[in-house]
Amino acid sequence: MITRWLLRRLGRSLDDRLRTAPVLRRAFAKVFPDHWSFMLGELALYSFVVLVLTGIFLTLFFEPSTADTVYSGSYAPLDGSRTSAAYASTVRLSFDVRAGLLMRQTHHWAALLFVAAIVLHLLRIFFTGAFRKPREINWLIGVTMLALALFNGFTGYSVPDDLLSGTGLRILYSVTQSIPVLGEWLVFVAAGGEFPTEEMVPRMFVSHVLLVPAALAALIAAHLGILVRQKHSQFPGPGRTENNVVGSLFWPSYTMRTLALFAWVLAVTFALGGLAQINPVWIYGPFDPAQATSPAQPDWYVAWGDGALRLFPAVEFRIFGHLVASPFLPGVVFGGLTFAGLYLWPFLDRRHRRGQLSHQLLDPPREHPARLGFGVAVLTLFAVLLAAAADDIVAKIFRIPVLDVLSILRVLALALPIPAGVLAYLVARVLQASGGRGVGDLTRQDVRSVRRAVRARVGAGVGAVTAGSGTPPPQDWAAPADADRIELWRDRAGRWRWRCRGAGVLLTANQLYLSRDEAERAARTAYGDLPLREVEPPGGAVGVPAAMVERAGRVAGRTGGYLTLAAVAYWRSRRSRRR
Amino acid sequence: MTGGDGPGRRERAASGLVVGAFGVSALGGAGFATVYATGGQTQLEGLALAVAFAGLAVGLAVWSRHLLPNGGYVEEHEPFDSPPADLRLAAEALAGPESPVRRRGLLAMLAVALGTLGGAALFPLRSLLPFDRERPVHALRTTPWAAGVRLVRADGVPVRPTDVPDGTVLTVFPEGHRGRGDVPAFAVRLDPARFVVPPPGGNVAGVVVYSLLCTHAGCPVALYLKETGRVLCPCHQSNFDLLAGARPIAGPAARPLPGLPISLDADGFLTAIGDFTAPPGPGFWSLK
Ligand code: FES
Repeated sequence: MITRWLLRRLGRSLDDRLRTAPVLRRAFAKVFPDHWSFMLGELALYSFVVLVLTGIFLTLFFEPSTADTVYSGSYAPLDGSRTSAAYASTVRLSFDVRAGLLMRQTHHWAALLFVAAIVLHLLRIFFTGAFRKPREINWLIGVTMLALALFNGFTGYSVPDDLLSGTGLRILYSVTQSIPVLGEWLVFVAAGGEFPTEEMVPRMFVSHVLLVPAALAALIAAHLGILVRQKHSQFPGPGRTENNVVGSLFWPSYTMRTLALFAWVLAVTFALGGLAQINPVWIYGPFDPAQATSPAQPDWYVAWGDGALRLFPAVEFRIFGHLVASPFLPGVVFGGLTFAGLYLWPFLDRRHRRGQLSHQLLDPPREHPARLGFGVAVLTLFAVLLAAAADDIVAKIFRIPVLDVLSILRVLALALPIPAGVLAYLVARVLQASGGRGVGDLTRQDVRSVRRAVRARVGAGVGAVTAGSGTPPPQDWAAPADADRIELWRDRAGRWRWRCRGAGVLLTANQLYLSRDEAERAARTAYGDLPLREVEPPGGAVGVPAAMVERAGRVAGRTGGYLTLAAVAYWRSRRSRRR
Repeated sequence: MTGGDGPGRRERAASGLVVGAFGVSALGGAGFATVYATGGQTQLEGLALAVAFAGLAVGLAVWSRHLLPNGGYVEEHEPFDSPPADLRLAAEALAGPESPVRRRGLLAMLAVALGTLGGAALFPLRSLLPFDRERPVHALRTTPWAAGVRLVRADGVPVRPTDVPDGTVLTVFPEGHRGRGDVPAFAVRLDPARFVVPPPGGNVAGVVVYSLLCTHAGCPVALYLKETGRVLCPCHQSNFDLLAGARPIAGPAARPLPGLPISLDADGFLTAIGDFTAPPGPGFWSLK
């Protein structure tokens, strides 16, 4: 009662000043597609929030300076030793600030999760073709955020001025220094001189807590703004067209769901931060250019670069007497190509498709075998690189000389990606041809028929295989066969609403409309020329879950139901016992 | 979940679960506060917060899944190309008769002004490398090692050839320049009869000195394998053969470790007779 009264008061006073009612009404009614893969971006968003919250706490205790200090605190092995202020304050933060270690470790785990979520989100977007027109801008923003996240992860990992991160920093310095013509000046200006300088820690700190987070926040705002403006894409399905979005309402169901995800992210990162040790800088010791740790592994998201540095052969050459040093090709060129490829992908992909259609319906990955195959090949290469970054550990575990591990990985890096890509391509073709639901449903017959088809195609011309080979999208999106009519009605309060009905489809409009015209216009936009009938207001609650959503939720529902019943039975028995 | 009262029962059960989950969450929060207030303990703090947030998550998830409508809604998705009339209006508003867009000459000069200003604004970036510091090329090519500079250990004690142990390497620095990044070197005792290539810096009673920095990306090549006379870089596993002038024999490094020319001073301490035989550490554009 009181809550509702308060909300109404608040709503009214806001509306008097900002006229928020129409905006809010539409915002609440925004439809989100129901598919788990649409939550990956939110996973990244919430990890970012955790990073900001824990990070603010850390900045209040961390001293970004390499000035000589004496650590005195409760970590006995270092008590009284001379180290940089950055290192000493990190150790103090871990041992002498209450809840400091929890915040530090949670921050680090959240950073790992942040980048992982971005990468998974990117893969989802890639394999389902969600980067296509009109969403290229958001793809570019997303790739930029990935680059910033990698950079910020690296600087955050480096500011404590410990031995392990100092080694990583030394490598990054050398990679930058290897850039022809500009490298020497670039790295000297960035770091303030020859490695190691006093300026590195404070500069990385400013970048880590101010410049990059501010840029990320601005880009996140743009990313979300564009998302709201463009509305969500969706997987094809009954009643779904290029001109509508099917799913749940933002308020209330999606709001609750997304807040639940936020709480999960907090729960998991704090559990890890409390229970799983990460980056124990007090064990590594303070940075010293004459010492190194071994084995030395960076955080996973830069490990692909480290792996490339390890695998690439010792190639150094001269141009007009100038040296192009060995980290240049695997470090700068490979990294540059990776990001150039990511940035250009929407425009490269488009060349394989006719015209410049806008796409709101996603490709199920199998519908685009060439893209799937390419993506799998690249991922395989990166997987080998990640393994290469741990080659010394692999060598230790299997007791093989590390140089043999290196040779094996070199062969794998060259030999694996293409077969893996071809395999993914073929599986997609087989799935497509058989119409099976998953790889498990395939029969040998299916495989053979496609093999024949592919062979025929290859015989006809290799080009045909690589060109976009998915089934061509039907041009007329407006009238899916499974939705066969629109029902329009006026409720008792005189407002209009519509729904789309067909075999296995019952989808209710997300909004109430004040006029019949408005309602009809929305229905026409969503479903084109389906027959439209005015009907009596349907009885019962509007927006009962449609049959197909129900089916999808049944498994989860049943499990949840049993758990619920058990919990309630327990709760009841406790209550009756108390009486 | 059969029978006529199924939905009602399910709803009651779900509400019960939500209430319970939020209760657990409150307990977790209180637990965190208690742990903190009683002295703090990282594992328990993390666990308590995890329980608090997991309770919240379960409660919210059950609430949204079982007590709220899921799916079954559709929203229209209008195409993004504006009607031609709209486009025309926008174009007119932007580039109407008085529009600045039409003043080509003024625009060109404005571009010149802004371009110059933008270029000039980049100059202060140069301040990031203080002007009283060495320029990159010179700094990279040279180190404080010079004729007459004694070799000292990390604790500053000068080194005699007999101080160099058999079987491990001894990290050495130029006297008075311990902290610089490009100076670390290592002294190692080898049997001169095994030299395939004579060490570039010469040897004093079998003691040779090389730069400690890997020529790949600058990590200290800390691991010495006595039997083969190799040092190994822990970063990307480059191997250097100390018996053959520290030539790289495996891994991504492409240049040998620079040697340090040494001799004995009047007091019998090891001393440099010049800078490294090549710039130490990773390569760069102006490396000769
Ligand atoms: S830094 Fe020594 S191998 Fe890369």
